[in-house]
Amino acid sequence: MKLALVRTGNIVKVGLQSILRNTLRSALTMLGIIIGVACVIAMVAVAGGASQSIQASISSLGTNFIQIFPGAVTQSGARIFTGQSTLTAEDAEAIKTECPSVAYVSASVRSAGQIAAGELNWSTSIFGADVDWPFIRAWNVAEGSFFTEAEVKGAAKVAVLGTTVADNLFPGGGAVGALIRIKNVPFRVSGVLEKKGGSMMGQDQDDQVIAPYTTVMKRLVGTQRINMIQVTAVSPDRVAEAKTEIEALLRQRQRIGPGQDSNFMMRTQEEIAATAAENTRTLSILLGSVAAISLLVGGIGIMNIMLVSVTERTREIGVRMAIGAKARHVLAQFLVEAVVLAVVGGAIGVGLGIGSSLLISSLAGWPVRLGPGPIALAFGFAALVGVFFGYYPARRAARLDPIEALRYE
Amino acid sequence: MGEVEVRALDAVDLDVARGEFLAIMGPSGSGKTTLMNVIGALDRPTSGSYLLDGVDVATLDADQRAEIRNARIGFVFQNFNLLSRTSAVENVELPLLYGDMPIAAEERRRRARAALARVGLEGREHHVPSQLSGGQQQRVAIARALIADPPLLLADEPTGNLDSRTSEEVMAIVEGLNDEGRTIVLITHEPDIALHARRVVTMRDGRIVSDELVRDRVRAPRPAAVAAGAGVPSTGSAR
Repeated sequence: MKLALVRTGNIVKVGLQSILRNTLRSALTMLGIIIGVACVIAMVAVAGGASQSIQASISSLGTNFIQIFPGAVTQSGARIFTGQSTLTAEDAEAIKTECPSVAYVSASVRSAGQIAAGELNWSTSIFGADVDWPFIRAWNVAEGSFFTEAEVKGAAKVAVLGTTVADNLFPGGGAVGALIRIKNVPFRVSGVLEKKGGSMMGQDQDDQVIAPYTTVMKRLVGTQRINMIQVTAVSPDRVAEAKTEIEALLRQRQRIGPGQDSNFMMRTQEEIAATAAENTRTLSILLGSVAAISLLVGGIGIMNIMLVSVTERTREIGVRMAIGAKARHVLAQFLVEAVVLAVVGGAIGVGLGIGSSLLISSLAGWPVRLGPGPIALAFGFAALVGVFFGYYPARRAARLDPIEALRYE
Repeated sequence: MGEVEVRALDAVDLDVARGEFLAIMGPSGSGKTTLMNVIGALDRPTSGSYLLDGVDVATLDADQRAEIRNARIGFVFQNFNLLSRTSAVENVELPLLYGDMPIAAEERRRRARAALARVGLEGREHHVPSQLSGGQQQRVAIARALIADPPLLLADEPTGNLDSRTSEEVMAIVEGLNDEGRTIVLITHEPDIALHARRVVTMRDGRIVSDELVRDRVRAPRPAAVAAGAGVPSTGSAR
């Protein structure tokens, strides 16, 4: 056991010596691996962070969430989005009354505009919703109250502010009950929402104003159509049922015959999550493979240097063989050299990768996720690259004829 | 175009006894380098045999020959063949790295220092070859050849790259080793160097043309460093 240890130690030592004797060249050789590993780690961390934040914001919506969008009409065989929405507030109302698996329904209208309060003004998005909206989004008011059913029915000019809007328009507080002007229409602030933070796309979800959809349609946009219906099923296991009921109801209401495509689309939370996961997975694979290619290039760099090194040190190999080195000693020496270059490069690359991930996260504000898995993988791959690309030059060295090698100039 | 058979060695019959100091002479192309490669277990004869301590080296595979070279033969080359950018002591340690029985680093270092001391290089252990003169480099090479305590020392034109004064110094060390009982086989084309040996074999065209004992053997002035040293039983026999 001790002998084997000493023996292995000796082989490693010989390999290390030749690396240390060529510090600059070793450093340059490692650079390829360093950059490759650092790239893999940083890319995977960025992709992982994006995926994590998307998944988190999706799951925060709850698993029984369903969205219904207008559009996707087939005309002359082509699937297209029409400019005109096919959904109305009555559709939302019908879903609420006629679909037993549905718990909450909110017709939604999107707009955007300038909001003024006294001297201050703020440009933001305006979201028209129904009274069920706080239950659907699980998002309550922090101060004041949400608008009431009567206010929705009467298209009252009331609004609930996101915290970002409230902070910008009322820096000293006191937003609730104050008067604001949305696109020059006076509104009363009935409440301020809880702070929510960034969304899956990195938007600030607190930078919006919620108003009754009726008010937004009549006073701000001037439309009869709504942009979306948000629904929650009574429980997560009745999502599919709810979907079927809604589909049947809407097809009937829109007078879509059997065999025809629906002029609306439904997205359940699960589907949205799956799509997002698919997208981020694609992103991960893309970034990962670009990085892996750079690691491969680093490996070829190692092979190149090792081949040069074998040729350059033919004489040395001859001497070593003459004084008793066996083929396996020479093989081990060059293999150790390549692997050490790859492993040390890999280790530095891991450090650099973690460092640059944290730098990306703090400079660009992107979420990053550093797991032990990708780090171990990148490091292991680097070591493997060392063995793989080190083997050929090492074998070449080991197969040299000592007499030829000694004579080599 | 057929392949032309070149007989580098032909009908060579040579016996070298334990403790002998043999010089092999001859012009270039006479086959002395090939003979040296065979004696050094670097090359195998196409036919015939080479017995070293009763073992027929011609039948051994590459690894077994490597073991023979490591344990029983010390090599000294014309161009020293030290590893560049490698300290003297590390160069000398080298054969111990490939030995059958692994030796711990401290023990290797101790032996390497002792071997360097024997060739008069104490205090230069950490010099790299480029910081040493030719004579010093050849002495490092001799120390390396000695470290595994091989019974046979094989020197291929050891003074070929040295001036005459340094040559004498190196030859004095070699003689001292022979006095300890080590078998020396020296390849040279310089007659005055060959005269340090006790027996001179001359080759021409792959054959031994003369084999005689040296009567008026020159003795190099012996440096103190190599005067001491225990005798080592040694043997070498080529047939």
